[in-house]
Amino acid sequence: MSLTSEREHPVGGARSSAFLDVRDLRVHFPTDDGLVKSVDGLSFGVDRGRTLGIVGESGSGKSVTSMSVMGLHKRGTANISGEILLDGANLIEASAEDVRRMRGKRMAMIFQDPLSAMHPYYTVGNQIIEAYRIHNDVSKKKARAHAVEMLDRVGIPEPHRRVDAYPHQYSGGMRQRAMIAMALSCDPDLLIADEPTTALDVTVQAQILDLIRDLQREFNSAVVIITHDLGVVAELADDILVMYAGRGMEYGTAEQIFNEPEHPYTWGLLGSMPRLDRDRSERLLPIKGTPPSLINAPPGCPFHPRCAFEANTGGLAQTERPDLVASGTGRGHNVACHMAPVQRRQIWRDEIKPML
Amino acid sequence: MIPYIIRRLIAAAALLVLVSIFTFSIFYLVPRWAGATPETLATRYVGRTATAETVALTAERLGFNDPFYQQYGNWAKTVVLGGEFDMGAQKVECSAPCLGYSFITRQAVGPELLDRAPVTFSLAIGASIIWVVTGVSIGVLSALRRGSVFDRGAMIFALAGVSMPIFWTGLMGLTFFAYKWPIFVPGGTYTPFTENPLEWAHALLLPWMTLSLLFSAQYARLTRAGMLETMNEDYVRTARAKGLRENRVVFKHGLRGALTPIVTIFGLDFGLLIGGAVLTEKVFSLNGLGKYAIDGITNNDLPKVLGVTLLAAFFVVVCNLIVDLLYAVVDPRVRTQ
Repeated sequence: MSLTSEREHPVGGARSSAFLDVRDLRVHFPTDDGLVKSVDGLSFGVDRGRTLGIVGESGSGKSVTSMSVMGLHKRGTANISGEILLDGANLIEASAEDVRRMRGKRMAMIFQDPLSAMHPYYTVGNQIIEAYRIHNDVSKKKARAHAVEMLDRVGIPEPHRRVDAYPHQYSGGMRQRAMIAMALSCDPDLLIADEPTTALDVTVQAQILDLIRDLQREFNSAVVIITHDLGVVAELADDILVMYAGRGMEYGTAEQIFNEPEHPYTWGLLGSMPRLDRDRSERLLPIKGTPPSLINAPPGCPFHPRCAFEANTGGLAQTERPDLVASGTGRGHNVACHMAPVQRRQIWRDEIKPML
Repeated sequence: MIPYIIRRLIAAAALLVLVSIFTFSIFYLVPRWAGATPETLATRYVGRTATAETVALTAERLGFNDPFYQQYGNWAKTVVLGGEFDMGAQKVECSAPCLGYSFITRQAVGPELLDRAPVTFSLAIGASIIWVVTGVSIGVLSALRRGSVFDRGAMIFALAGVSMPIFWTGLMGLTFFAYKWPIFVPGGTYTPFTENPLEWAHALLLPWMTLSLLFSAQYARLTRAGMLETMNEDYVRTARAKGLRENRVVFKHGLRGALTPIVTIFGLDFGLLIGGAVLTEKVFSLNGLGKYAIDGITNNDLPKVLGVTLLAAFFVVVCNLIVDLLYAVVDPRVRTQ
């Protein structure tokens, strides 16, 4: 594979057949303060049966990306360009009505806070029934039976009784289970989970992650997990995309990202994870500085003002934006960094890894 | 649920007693503070040429010589048990809930109220249907097209609507739509619905529109504010993510969430209105409860005023109770608490 084709399709050979294929996505919001470039040239792909984790700080464009895939940005507020191919169909060029028909049926989403994401005035059952009947022409009775079955499948006890309860009568974890039941009610091919465990009790988080993994096996859907929590992606993801300032910084399998990360930002994220097996004073290595403004993103590499290794690029990082390209090890590992791959691997091995 | 309703009804009865005592006190105490004696009070209710003897008899007949608690007690007794009224020439039996006899017309208040209530009810029901439909529709459209020409126009309309008093809009309506272009009747007529629904509506259309202009403006603003809030809620995003059609998203999820305050305000407005739409009834010469109240007040006719006040208070209390019960229907989160 030539380098140029790698640039266009950073994941490698399987790209053309990827079930969800996002290419050079740009989502810009015109505001009174200027153009907010929330997503600026992002590419990734997910196949059925695979899970992609998108990781990044707040404001890195993770949620904006997922909302673009779902077609949930209000028309006229966002300028979206690039391609979002779902099973070959470009969602950006499709009519709003066509995208609506696909929402819920071909692609579904679960949100961060299940309490506010469910309508407080309708029973959980009604909301699942509604979701099912949008795309399936069945009687209310059948849809209700389906809702009970879905609640049972996501592990809600006494689903026959619980189906008539209101969201506020559920516990936090149960609500997220119900959200998952609703999202999966039409058997979607793509499931996007936007921070699915962030609002939940720590003890419940693992259960929800287990549930998502089990259901993915059962439904064989493509899953995109959006999170700032590396623990979540470590648990679930096959592949990981690290985002920063609306761009992909590093992309690879979960093993590559956790065992051989090559981007200084990824090193920073790994250093920010609390570890119990270290002394308290050494446990956290925060990334200095703050995330950049998306209106006036730094020229060159957006991470360079916070990068400890910026000097190694000979000033290139300040002027030229690095592309997300293959790191040379093959196996689809892509990094957007001006440092030479050999140098990056050496710094990881000698300086970073011993500190983590 | 039933113990709750019983508790509320008991509280409502207590409130009505307080309202009647308060109203009674105003009529009893204020003139006496101003130096009135039973005789000077009674002169209002006799002919201009009456002798001192007639005045004294009238004062006695109307009970002005009795102390406050006895006067109130007599009135309250007739409400609960009915009683006997001295009309001068003869005594009249009046069964409960008799609200006394007018000092001036010597007509029983209760039946008169019953006579006039349909006029006010017709006015309130028709107007409220118009204002809820127009107000909520304008509010929803405004919220969905926030900042558009429609939104700005609607909000100017809303500001104008709440700013213009009924005695002005009513007179303007009459001037143009009853006299200049006689589309509507110039008020004063009322045909019961059961007799002829078309004429009933025709006579009331102008008062309805006058009244609903004021209220629909308020409801448009209220709905707009509520919709702007709910359309940004996460659950509306969820509804869209399910693939629901936009109009269903707006009405089933957005508007449903914005409905609670509208129901509350509607209950209060409606309750106040069926106790008498004073200005509208006066402007359009409709013989409803509001006009009855004005007649009573301008003529110092205590039984009339007491009767209307009590009835109006009763409606407000009942509508409040209905609103509180509806709350549980509208918002399931209230039900379990």
